[in-house]
Amino acid sequence: MKAMVYRGPYKIRVEEKPMPKIEHPNDAIIRVTTAAICGSDLHLYHGLMPDTRIGHTFGHEFIGVVEEVGPSVQNLQRGDRVMVPFNVYCGSCYYCARGLYSNCHNVNPNATAVGGIYGYSHTTGGYDGGQAEFVRVPFADVGPTIIPDWMDSEDAVLLTDALATGYFGAQLGDIVEGDTVVVFGAGPVGLYAAKSAWLMGAGRVIVIDHLEYRLEKARTFAHAETFNFAEYDDIIVEMKKTTDYLGADVVIDAVGAESDGNFIQQVTGTKLKLQGGSAIALNWAIDSVRKGGTVAVVGAYGPIFSAVKFGDALNKGLTLRMNQTPVKRQWPRLFEHIQNGYLKPNDIVTHRIPLEDIAEGYHMFSAKLDNCIKTLVIANPS
Amino acid sequence: MPSTPYIANKPKDIPTPEALRARIPGWGVDLDPKDRPSYPREVFDPAGTGAHWDYPDEQQGREGRERSIEHGQLTPVFGTSAPLKGVSGSIRRYAYRYGEGRAAHWLILLLGDRVDAWGAHAKSFATLRPDNPITETGVLAEGRRHGIASRVGKRRVDVNHQWLDPIVVGGPWVAATAGAVLVARAIVRRARH
Ligand SMILES: NC(=O)c1ccc[n+]([C@@H]2O[C@H](COP(=O)([O-])OP(=O)(O)OC[C@H]3O[C@@H](n4cnc5c(N)ncnc54)[C@H](O)[C@@H]3O)[C@@H](O)[C@H]2O)c1
Ligand SMILES: [Zn+2]
Ligand SMILES: [Zn+2]
Repeated sequence: MKAMVYRGPYKIRVEEKPMPKIEHPNDAIIRVTTAAICGSDLHLYHGLMPDTRIGHTFGHEFIGVVEEVGPSVQNLQRGDRVMVPFNVYCGSCYYCARGLYSNCHNVNPNATAVGGIYGYSHTTGGYDGGQAEFVRVPFADVGPTIIPDWMDSEDAVLLTDALATGYFGAQLGDIVEGDTVVVFGAGPVGLYAAKSAWLMGAGRVIVIDHLEYRLEKARTFAHAETFNFAEYDDIIVEMKKTTDYLGADVVIDAVGAESDGNFIQQVTGTKLKLQGGSAIALNWAIDSVRKGGTVAVVGAYGPIFSAVKFGDALNKGLTLRMNQTPVKRQWPRLFEHIQNGYLKPNDIVTHRIPLEDIAEGYHMFSAKLDNCIKTLVIANPS
Repeated sequence: MPSTPYIANKPKDIPTPEALRARIPGWGVDLDPKDRPSYPREVFDPAGTGAHWDYPDEQQGREGRERSIEHGQLTPVFGTSAPLKGVSGSIRRYAYRYGEGRAAHWLILLLGDRVDAWGAHAKSFATLRPDNPITETGVLAEGRRHGIASRVGKRRVDVNHQWLDPIVVGGPWVAATAGAVLVARAIVRRARH
């Protein structure tokens, strides 16, 4: 089968790989129809995630058709069209039993501090991902869900991570009616977080980025006020001004390790890999939220330390909330919101590319060319 | 009038729920913080996950599978994307002697990653498909996806470090070529003697 494989930092290619096999009785093999490239894939692509091995296939956002199931699988059969949460999780460990699916303890031998994620290095368990024609899906009775007939298949892919994560990020903010919510990052996750903040009753939603075309999307898709941080000497002061010097009630970091805006942080965090990513947006979040406010972090960071302004967080009495998204917990409600027309996930899809072109797709997304926001990868034309 | 934080009241400029509902489809449908999918954070419901086991069957091929020493055992299920092998495999295996709390664990893993990449590039030249920095970096997208128009006059702040990327990608190649030249010279010199 054809699959995207990692060849070293900034280098990937499509290779012929052996078909994935059933390795556990509850495995399924899925023929991928559509996959997506996520901001998280950039951390791998840039070589930031420790134990990213040559030959590894990325891709944790995908949908497809069940090709084969293991002997203990009860809920799926060959031919079912399924959407697969980006979390690999068992459904029965201490954490899964409590709904913390993204923190599963039974699927990632390589680390205890992170659960299992498809195509996300050995640090998250060493599972090949879905930017391929076929993929092994462990615990087929737990994660995958049959795509409802009414659902657009592009919306289904977006539900496997980006939309669920934006929505989860807004929940982490514990938004109450009338809150002022600031979202750093106008990528897919930030746009969905901004949109979701309204559903939770925000009174003002402000999105910050330096890419004008994405801010434009934040205004139209997410009804948000926007600030281009490149236009201001100090974006934190600007946030104070616009909130009458209070600061925002809730700030969401939807940027993560590739954060821009400070050359030293960028070079030490993403080029030299001396930090678990550059923490600029997180520090801006800590400094622009009001005292007693909440900083919700869904932007992802690596396992090494990052230079975070913890003193400010302490002195301001902040609540910091964060996690990888337990995706499937979000689905029933998000399905309703889509059916009711409150959310139209695929409004942010800008590119649809064949698997063969994935190397250029990564470069485009990494370098933010051609006004790209979300790129879908067509693995098997259905 | 002093600004908000200097007096007790909340900010005055927040629109009313009616105005927001009229402007934003779905405004407030998840208003109740207690009625959101991830509230409360932990809900004990092992029967609700689809798992029909208390502890999963154990996957085969457990011998030699590296694991974090913070784990009490090897997990029943694990990925088999790229098993440890060669020099990078030994480096990585060494890293797994250290717990996740130790910088050594992660830094040695990163070293393993770089050694793995260099080794793979070197080996690729002995195959029918040597690494091709042009196609693999996707840099041709610069032409096809308007690389210049996407950056010029846009006040993008990432432009100030993107120039470093070719160095991060190309640096090891330059070093490797220099190394190869030195080795070749040494061989030639030895042959002359
Ligand atoms: N927690 C989770 O489960 C989870 C899931 C998916 C993605 N993520 C993470 O969410 C983050 C965003 O993902 P995405 O797909 O939207 O990525 P993306 O790269 O498309 O978006 C990131 C955006 O942040 C902007 N940005 C950079 N520096 C900034 C700064 N200092 N302030 C404000 N904006 C800044 C960039 O210009 C870009 O538009 C990534 O870190 C990703 O790893 C986490
Ligand atoms: Zn993701
Ligand atoms: Zn589990």
